[in-house]
This record gives sequence, C-alpha cells and structure tokens, in this order.
Amino acid sequence: MACGTPHDMFSANPLWHNGPIPGGFYNFPGSKTAPLYSGAQRFHTPVTTGTSVLAIKCDGGVVIAADILGSYGSLARFRDLHRVHKINENTVLGVSGDYADFQHLQQIIEQKVISEQCLDDGFALKPRSLLCWLTRHLYYRRSRYDPLWTNFIVGGIQDGQPFLGTVDKLGTAYEDDHIATGYGAYIALPVMRDELAKAKQSGQPISKEDACKVLERCMTVLFFRDARSFPKYEMITLTEEGYEHHGTKTVKANWEIAHMVKGY
Amino acid sequence: MFRNQYDSDVTVWSPQGRLHQVEYAMEAVKLGSATVGLKNKTHAVLIALKRAASELSAHQKKIIPIDTHIGVSIAGLTADARILSRYMKTECLNYKYSHDALLPVSRLIATLGNKMQVCTQRYDRRPYGVGLLVAGYDDQGPHIYQTCPSANFFDCKAMAIGARSQSARTYLEKHLDEFPNSETDELIKHGLRALRDTLPNEVELNTKNVSISLVGKGTLFSVFDEDTLARYLAMIEGEEKRSSQPESGGDAAPLQPPEEDSGPQDPQPATAMETE
Repeated sequence: MACGTPHDMFSANPLWHNGPIPGGFYNFPGSKTAPLYSGAQRFHTPVTTGTSVLAIKCDGGVVIAADILGSYGSLARFRDLHRVHKINENTVLGVSGDYADFQHLQQIIEQKVISEQCLDDGFALKPRSLLCWLTRHLYYRRSRYDPLWTNFIVGGIQDGQPFLGTVDKLGTAYEDDHIATGYGAYIALPVMRDELAKAKQSGQPISKEDACKVLERCMTVLFFRDARSFPKYEMITLTEEGYEHHGTKTVKANWEIAHMVKGY
Repeated sequence: MFRNQYDSDVTVWSPQGRLHQVEYAMEAVKLGSATVGLKNKTHAVLIALKRAASELSAHQKKIIPIDTHIGVSIAGLTADARILSRYMKTECLNYKYSHDALLPVSRLIATLGNKMQVCTQRYDRRPYGVGLLVAGYDDQGPHIYQTCPSANFFDCKAMAIGARSQSARTYLEKHLDEFPNSETDELIKHGLRALRDTLPNEVELNTKNVSISLVGKGTLFSVFDEDTLARYLAMIEGEEKRSSQPESGGDAAPLQPPEEDSGPQDPQPATAMETE
C-alpha cells in the first residue's frame, strides 16, 4: 500500500510495515542497540606524582636522593611520601611519576623478592635483573597503549661493582654513572656531570661523602628551580659496607636573592 | 599379555607400593649408553659414550648444550631428551630475556623436576624415558645434577648413568676425594677412565665414540672437537684397564621371567626403542 493512502478495515495490510525506513537503520528485535561510545580508555593521566630522583655512582657504591613530596598537579598534597625504596640487601629503587602506578609495581616486585627468599637457594635479585625486568614490564605496558606513568632509577651492587641504571615509562633504559629523572635531567644532571668530570681528572673515583655533597647541592638547586619540588628530601647510600639511610634532610633555602631574579 | 596386573597405567599402585610404569621408565635409562659427570672446585665435566645405530651411520650425539653455562648429557630415549632439552633451553632464554642474567642451575633443575613429575601422576601421560646428567656453572660454582624419569633429581659430586654405568660409579667412588682439588685436565682424565671401565673388553674409547664437554669459571659450555678429544684420549692411552670384574648393580641385567606361584610379581621390562 502506498504511503499516504488511508488505512482502513477494507484494505490489505501494508506490504512493508515494521521494516526499516528506507535509507534508515533498523535494529533487529531482541538485540541491544549499539552503545553511544565503545572501546576502553587507554591513556590516563598521572594523579599523585613525584618529581626528580637523582643518583650517582661513587667509590664502592651508589648514592640516591629524592624529595618526599607527592603532588596533586601543582598542589603539594602529600609531604611525607617516600620515593626511594630498599628492595633487598644490594638493590635500591627510586621512582618518579605516578605514585599509584609505582605502588602497583612495588607489590609485584615485593612478591618477587619474597618468592625468591622462599626458594632459599642462596640467589637474590640483582640490580641489573631488576632493571631488566622493569624495562620489559614497562615496555609491555606501553605496547598495550596503557603505559605505567613512572620513571625508575635502580641502584645497587652488582657482583661487587656499583650499578646504576634507569628506565622510563616507555621502557627506554640505560646505565650510566650519574642519572637524574624528570626535571632533574635538565637542572641537576649538568651539575653532577661537572663534578664527576672533576673527579675523573683527579684520577680518583668520587668518594661517598663527596657524592652526597654533590646531591645535596643538586637538591638545593632543584628546590629553587623546580616548581614541583620540596625542601625535605631523603638520601640513601648503598655501598659494599651496606645500606644506609641518611635520614630526611632539609634544603637550606636562601630567598634573599629572589628579588634579583628578573625576567619571569 | 601383561607381565603384571598393576602396570597398565602410570597412576596405578601395586600392592607392594610401587608404580611399575615409572620403574619401567627408569629401566629405559639403563638401555642408553653410559655417560659420566664430575666436577672440581671450578669446573664441571660431562663425558659420554656415543653409539652408532649401524656401521653405516654416524654416532648419535649425546651431549646437548642448553645455554652458555649449562649443558646436558643424555641416557635413554633420545626423542624424550630432545623435548626436555628444548624446554631447558627455552627456560634459560626466557630468564635471560626478562632478567638479563643466566638462570641458576638449581632453579632450572627444580622447574624441570616439576615438569617431569606431572607425567608420573596423570593417566594420560607417560614418564620421560630419559636420564640426564646436567653440568652447569653459576654464582655458586660448578654443578653436576642427575635427573631420572621418576622425576627425582640429585645434586651430585660425580655421577654416571646408562648401560654398565655401575663400573664407572665404582671408579668415581674410589677417587671421589681427589676430584675437588684436581686440575681440570686431571678431572677429564678421571672421567675418561671411569667411562672406559664401562666398556666391554673388545671396545676401546676413540674420537668417534667419545664426547667431552666442559663448563666452569671463565669457561663457557663447550663440546670438544676431535683434535682436543684426541689430545685427552692420548693422556690415558696405555694405562692398564681395570681388571674385568663381574658386573654388579644389575644394570642391563638379562630379562627374567617372573617366578611362578609367589603372588604379584615385580616385572622385568622388555623394550625395543631407540635409546642412546
């Protein structure tokens, strides 16, 4: 029956009813309509974040430092958040980036260490192995388009030698004798590089005490220049003598010179 | 048809508390040619006797490298050994990929033991009919491990498995105290002498039927080439062969029919499979 003709009891049913409107979509009865949005969210943005971690190889070990602030964007939200962790007797791990993502990995790493202790076969996770494992995990996650938003510095003693390595959220990893993550890579790394070059010229590896002093200076500079930094930081050394936590230190800030800074 | 009422399935116990199928698999190891493993304080050595299927064929390979720090020597079903060695290679590679380090020998053997054990507890599986001697080197020094089809494994100072290997074990036991402080060359000579003791009178060790491999501190796992083999064989040439004694231990014992009228019997295996 053509459209527009009156439909009464004397007429036959229309030939084409309940069908799709010509040119329109038809949803078959019983099936769900397509959702408005489909797919899963892949990218997420970091929430509670930590800023730079700094580390130097010194004579017989490594020194690693990071402030103890967890930021909510620009809000200084958590002011006692520890970002350098002891993994075992010969490994420390420093983290910057999303703290929740780190805690997820921390749980896995702690379970790895415990499982290894349970085997009781005399083998323990070495820093290079931890860095490699983190690299594989972070690269796997970025390949799923679901990266963990974290950068790591792994320090420790590998077969009697100091070890220092880093991996970023994309799984890019390298070893070096001085490493900084985040803003520190721009601000602190040149300072560290200069100091190590000086030590290299003298022919002596930089001592633990000198390395601590270099990092103290770097943390001060970072406090002045990094808007997400914090005056309180912790410093850890791991040498052949063992693990040592140097406590929470405070940057001695001097804002007297602030008025001389112009042009911002 | 059946030698025994209780050997039709791996998972069935005999009234004596034995798993006959597993024990048959243990017998397969004794059908393979002998292989010897021993170690000093820095190195581990595997020495194997190779067989040729016929005059026209080459000798079957007995020593399989697993990784740069581990290798195995086999006695039993070659095909099963290839499955197990492929598994071990994969485990080592996976560990290297994820941890940038060499897999500790004890961990490899433990996972291998777990894999082999499953086959002794499922009705749809059979035990692996192969025994392995595993030589490896890691942070804890050199290792010699023995694995069995029963999924037992042993950390050994020295060991010999395969046909007529009791003679080699007798030699190893006699000289056990000398091994830890031996030079590596001396260790290899001990191994060759132990292997020679397994030979029937008319057979001699030569570069074709012997395989030697070495792994240790600063030494990646390697199987010696023929020139090196000849050098080591020359070192023990002319030495008096052990006075032939009657074989003890019952390796490769002639098959005995079960005795009559004494209840359920422990069976003797009859087999015709490719073993090395």
